[in-house]
Amino acid sequence: MVAFWILAPIMVIAALGILFVRKAVHAAMLLAVVMISLAVLYLVLEAPFLFAVQIIVYTGAILMLFLFVLMLVGVDASDSVVETIRGQRALAIAGGVALGAVLVVGLGQISLGTAVGLDDANAEGNIQALADILFSRYVFAFETTSALLITAAVGAMVLAHRERLTPKARQAELAAQRIRDYSESGKHPGPLPTPGVYARHNAVDTPALLPDGTAAPSSVSRVLTARGTIRSAPATADAIEEIEKQIGWSPHAGGAPSAPASTTEEAPATGGEHE
Amino acid sequence: MNIQAYVVLSAILFTIGCVGVLTRRNAIVVFMCVELMLNASNLALVAFAKQHGNLDGQIAAFFVMVVAAAEVVVGLAIIMTIFRTRRSASVDDASLLKY
Repeated sequence: MVAFWILAPIMVIAALGILFVRKAVHAAMLLAVVMISLAVLYLVLEAPFLFAVQIIVYTGAILMLFLFVLMLVGVDASDSVVETIRGQRALAIAGGVALGAVLVVGLGQISLGTAVGLDDANAEGNIQALADILFSRYVFAFETTSALLITAAVGAMVLAHRERLTPKARQAELAAQRIRDYSESGKHPGPLPTPGVYARHNAVDTPALLPDGTAAPSSVSRVLTARGTIRSAPATADAIEEIEKQIGWSPHAGGAPSAPASTTEEAPATGGEHE
Repeated sequence: MNIQAYVVLSAILFTIGCVGVLTRRNAIVVFMCVELMLNASNLALVAFAKQHGNLDGQIAAFFVMVVAAAEVVVGLAIIMTIFRTRRSASVDDASLLKY
């Protein structure tokens, strides 16, 4: 019973969190908390086989499927707060509270008595006893399950399949298209510029600098630009100047004219020009 | 040992899942709330299996898990198809039959 009183508040709080979090990924994580706590409760209720199945099938397979689809659909696809049906949210909450009150009060009225316990049923081991029932009394339901699983797999394949309507472009056609673009609109036929490589930052989110000191927008992925996680190279350079002031050393102040000093100098120099 | 607390917890989780299905707008989160309701009913089934001292409740919970897996596969494929054609995973946007 100790495990129950520890896990029950965690489960209820996590389940309530699913109702209130804005991002779908957070909801998936909270659902994982509920499911793993539920698996532990199965262990307490003498169902070790269901404990394993809950972890493997629910947390391992189903929740991962949810996360795959979330990543495909877009992590930032958050909820809209516009109500299409007026007063639907308030009515839903009122109805939910009423349902919960009826269920909890109704369950409080009855007394279930002491549980028989599964010591007799699990005498030969839980998995052996489950297999015994599954392959004798429930064998028809078990066979029907296979039909259900095959139907679900075929259905998912049909729904996810997309017919190719136009023939796939070959490399020769792609090259010809690139040259045609160059002759018509002047689009550069070569590869896009790489992101900037600086002394303190060489990640893909830092744009390269053009000769006039402005950032080259085509050097970073447009997905990062849309998310607004692009670092500004001049801003980084300002921080370098700040640090130089703090340590009281500047490459312009005639220090050792060695090669490493001149390479670190480049980023702050362009930043200064930009300002 | 009394299983009443487990059944009450199962009822609370079911209610939370129910409210989630009715209030959330993102189709994937709605789906997660359906899973929460299925899990809550599983908890009640396993608890009652202990109450009655036989394993039929655990078998029923096992079948619920199988059906949930099949349902998630097809449901998420439908959500993906709707997202590909309409660029939205909101349940309010799939309303073409209304007009």
